[in-house]
Amino acid sequence: MIPIILVENLSKCYRIGSRPAHNSLRDMVAELIRSPFHRLRSGNRSADETIWALKDINFEVMPGEVVGIIGRNGAGKSTLLKILSRITRPTKGRFSLNGRVGSLLEVGTGFHSELTGRENVFLNGAILGMSRKEIGSKFDEIVAFAETEKFLDTPVKHYSSGMTVRLAFAVAAHLEPEILIVDEVLAVGDALFQKKCLGKMSEISEAGRTVLFVSHDISAVNALCERAILLHEGSIAMSGPTREVAAYYLDHANKLYSPITWIKFPEGKSKEIELTAVTIAQRGAQTNIIDCREPFTVTIEYENKKAVRNSRFFLLVRNEKGEPLFTSSDYDLLSDVAIDRRPGKFVSTISLPGGLFKTGSYYGTVGADIKYERIIFAENDIFHFDVFESGDDTHAVRHTRVGIIAPLLPWHTTAKESQNS
Amino acid sequence: MDDPLILIDADEIESGLHLRELWAYRELLFFLSWRDIKIRYKQTLLGAAWAIVQPLFAMLLFTLVFGKLTRMPSDGIPYPLFAYAGLLPWTFFANAVTNSGNSLVGSTSLITKVFFPRVIIPAAAVAAGLLDFVIAFLLLIPLLIYYRIPLRWSLLMLPLFTILATLLALGVGMLLSALNVKYRDVRYALPFLIQMWLFASPVIYPSSLIPEQWRWLSMLNPMTGIIEGFRTSMFGTTFDWMAILFSIVITLSLVVSSAYLFRRVEDSFADII
Repeated sequence: MIPIILVENLSKCYRIGSRPAHNSLRDMVAELIRSPFHRLRSGNRSADETIWALKDINFEVMPGEVVGIIGRNGAGKSTLLKILSRITRPTKGRFSLNGRVGSLLEVGTGFHSELTGRENVFLNGAILGMSRKEIGSKFDEIVAFAETEKFLDTPVKHYSSGMTVRLAFAVAAHLEPEILIVDEVLAVGDALFQKKCLGKMSEISEAGRTVLFVSHDISAVNALCERAILLHEGSIAMSGPTREVAAYYLDHANKLYSPITWIKFPEGKSKEIELTAVTIAQRGAQTNIIDCREPFTVTIEYENKKAVRNSRFFLLVRNEKGEPLFTSSDYDLLSDVAIDRRPGKFVSTISLPGGLFKTGSYYGTVGADIKYERIIFAENDIFHFDVFESGDDTHAVRHTRVGIIAPLLPWHTTAKESQNS
Repeated sequence: MDDPLILIDADEIESGLHLRELWAYRELLFFLSWRDIKIRYKQTLLGAAWAIVQPLFAMLLFTLVFGKLTRMPSDGIPYPLFAYAGLLPWTFFANAVTNSGNSLVGSTSLITKVFFPRVIIPAAAVAAGLLDFVIAFLLLIPLLIYYRIPLRWSLLMLPLFTILATLLALGVGMLLSALNVKYRDVRYALPFLIQMWLFASPVIYPSSLIPEQWRWLSMLNPMTGIIEGFRTSMFGTTFDWMAILFSIVITLSLVVSSAYLFRRVEDSFADII
């Protein structure tokens, strides 16, 4: 059989680095004037101004296969999808797609808040590559799937965000390409709707269409894909049956992914308190892949340059949608008098309980302030960790329920003395 | 076996305009212009009347300043009518160029998330302006009746000049929008450019005012042939075929070269926008 997707030596290079992009003519002129000297000073260091987001990717997908692409943020998943969707061109290599492609890198691309639900369905459908006839014939189905019949002629700006997402996904779910390329669009929307979408996607694959599905949620990939490709720093680290790749990913996560220590980069930002390191550890080892059933710790190291009265440290944890989960402070369990800071180096260890987080990615912000006075510093999203479920499928269900945390709470149920005894 | 439907090779230099693909996406052009039209006058008090207000007030202003105060000659046509006939194609052209010049930069999410021939974005912005043009055209009818201008066969030439103005706006729009992706200076230079261009075109004054030996210079501006062509079609003066020919040749070469240039750079839009 001929592969429906064939990727050969695909590489993508981005220009980044020390030299800023010329976003205005003035920049370019300034750069032109400066550049002769710049070149003299820096010598032949132009190589580190590029980054290879993808390096020598080779794989093929047979018709009807559902392949998951997993990997950390920055592993190159999105770049790969953008190249296959023809949004950007590869720097090297080639690929061929042997069928009509529908790609879904974002839910609701092109949605306009001033237009009504009905108008947006047509517009979004056209943007995704559907013809007017096609949208027209599927319109009722789309609206029923989104459960927004009543608001069809209301401008989308009056919709709740959940309704907008449902409508947008409903349009996308009714795309009928031979090759469907999906980015982590399932991360939006409430859990019930996510489930419905996953159901719709497996319907698509059962209908014999080829699906390329990107996620860092291993349980979603597990549920949908028979085969998975693990990307790491732009290369394929492993490829094979999803269960094996997922197991490898979890086992090697620590070795594959650095850093597991985050250091405060710019020096001398604060003359009072300097954050020196943040680390996460579980079962006595530093890691940033957290088993959701076990407790873990966040350790913050800092230096007080001078005595700062009434200063307090904060830890804020946000999920991947940016929703804050909680803010904790070193001052929460202490009395007022206990927080008189001396100069010197300190280490704070924060214990987080097991059975609290949902699976997914989290970002931590560390900051310090002076009570009732001012913020000393706030390092936004300075560290990151992923939470996975080590239990079996029945345990994993709670991560799909409504709510931003999935606490494992004890339920003590005993039979109450009944009336007829 | 058939050739694969899509084959992308990094070493292969893209050539050709991919007109077949463009044709396949024609419905998107329709939907994007339709969206532009739909949202343009949402939450405005006057709505589509803005399409008339703009050239109408410019006409009144020009009539007052140039017609009455400076007594600008107008080839024997009443000055308000003279000005309005010039302002019709000009307002369309100026708005189309401005909107399409800023269109790519305003569509970042589309460009980074969906594939389609990018030229549809500036083209849709130009196409959306045609409706305003038609609305503004309707005001011309009472003006023609008021000034007792008879219907002429030469009116049949109007579509030609409309198409020419559309193509010219598309050519300039493609060029500026692509440039705008990389250099945001375009956004700031555009109003200035449009203003300069207005004075370089025979909107306020007739071409006949330009000394004979400099006439060729004004013909290099393709809007000259278009605007004069508009007036001639309506008022039955004689067509300046030389100016029209200049306009056609310059417009077509601009559209074709802009299209090739656009095609060459469009693949990099998603990376630099």
